[in-house]
Amino acid sequence: MSWDWQVFCEDTIERQVVQGCFGKGGDITYLDWMLSAWGWTVSVSVLALVLALIVGSFIGTLRTLQGRPVIVRLGNAWVELFRNIPLLVQIFLWYHVVPTLIPVMQGVPGFVLVVLALGFFTSARIAEQVRSGIQALPRGQRYAGLAMGFTTFQTYRYVLLPMAFRIIIPPLTSETMNIFKNSSVAFAVSVAELTMFAMQAQEETSRGIEMYLAVTACYIVSAFAINRIMAFIEKRARVPGLIVAGGSGGH
Amino acid sequence: MDMNLDFSFYNWDLISNFVLKGLYFSLMLTVVATIGGVIFGTVLALMRLSGKKWLEVPATIYVNGMRSIPLVMVILWFFLLVPATFYGIFGSIGRDYRAEMSAVITFIAFEAAYFSEIMRAGIQSIPRGQVFAGQALGMTYGQNMKLVILPQAFRNMLPVLLTQTIILFQDTSLVYAIGAYDMLKGFEVAGKNYGRPIEAYLAAAVIYFVMCYALSWAVKRLHQKIAIIR
Repeated sequence: MSWDWQVFCEDTIERQVVQGCFGKGGDITYLDWMLSAWGWTVSVSVLALVLALIVGSFIGTLRTLQGRPVIVRLGNAWVELFRNIPLLVQIFLWYHVVPTLIPVMQGVPGFVLVVLALGFFTSARIAEQVRSGIQALPRGQRYAGLAMGFTTFQTYRYVLLPMAFRIIIPPLTSETMNIFKNSSVAFAVSVAELTMFAMQAQEETSRGIEMYLAVTACYIVSAFAINRIMAFIEKRARVPGLIVAGGSGGH
Repeated sequence: MDMNLDFSFYNWDLISNFVLKGLYFSLMLTVVATIGGVIFGTVLALMRLSGKKWLEVPATIYVNGMRSIPLVMVILWFFLLVPATFYGIFGSIGRDYRAEMSAVITFIAFEAAYFSEIMRAGIQSIPRGQVFAGQALGMTYGQNMKLVILPQAFRNMLPVLLTQTIILFQDTSLVYAIGAYDMLKGFEVAGKNYGRPIEAYLAAAVIYFVMCYALSWAVKRLHQKIAIIR
């Protein structure tokens, strides 16, 4: 069999090769389509990451509160709930079940529902990382904060969390890469992201190998970019004089 | 809008007709992929730790490559690439269950990459003195691995291995992409047939949750037990 990369320059409707590879005047080529799909993948992932970081940090912090067993239990329940249901099932729940049961959610576009699903799914994993990051700190740090007359909130804000977040940057890197990979599951509810593009373009053009190769390359480039960005953040956030906290990324 | 949930359509007939068939496949896929993944993962880990460039480099590329691509894409790749003639070997079963067989191959190949990382960490957690002790006793590389290193490494990484198996069980739902008939599909088909998709998805979520939660609880217990003995 032979390669045919020209297929990317073809118009998606008439299947004619377009000069310059980018569609003009409202027409789109497969290349245009793929780049827009990449954009959707990035949007879903980044928005879900923001949501997951906010919710996950909050839940993870709650789980380390001392003398508040009820709150800790609720936090644990949150993590167990979102960790023990497959992501695909969670996406179906958000997409099909939530709008039926909660009327307010009916007008919400699928894109937002997928962001919510992926964000909450990942929040459980991030909560786990944040909790272990805080618990990895010597107990003296908390006591020192409280002894200085800080409230619990101030102890977390000024003493514990700044250190904990630096420790967990390596596992957060792999969580970020996981979010990008997991965003592919959104194909199941027809969000126009890369995997959806791969499946549809493969069917339309019968050029599966070229399409899949290009999409795979997009994913690898994304993963590499995240890796570099996180390494940069890690370097900038490093506390001078502190030995780099070793931590192997989960998967 | 119909907001009344009605689970009354669930009965044993429906479950045994639609769901059990899928559950068998999900469990079978999990078990086969775990066993296959551990075997090939061990080979990959040994290649990466062999210190020989020509073994190390391909294994590293394979593992890192698999780990940077979404599982759904890997499933699609294998479904596209494994030729129809391969399924022909298995006769009519191969033709009727093409998606399912493709899923099995994919999961073994994909999980091998993840298991190899666990294996590698496990092997590296063994003190170097153990390796030297084996060599000092005159053991060959193979004997040393089989009798000294791997038994200890397996034990060290058992909890992580089982946790990965739970993740693997959850990931089996992704065979949805190629239309293989797993447990989720079973619930979906049942829900469509009875016009109750909402209840079907809810039931699927509950069943997955109960199974995964029970398994992870068991792994936690096991972890504590192993930790006490040491």
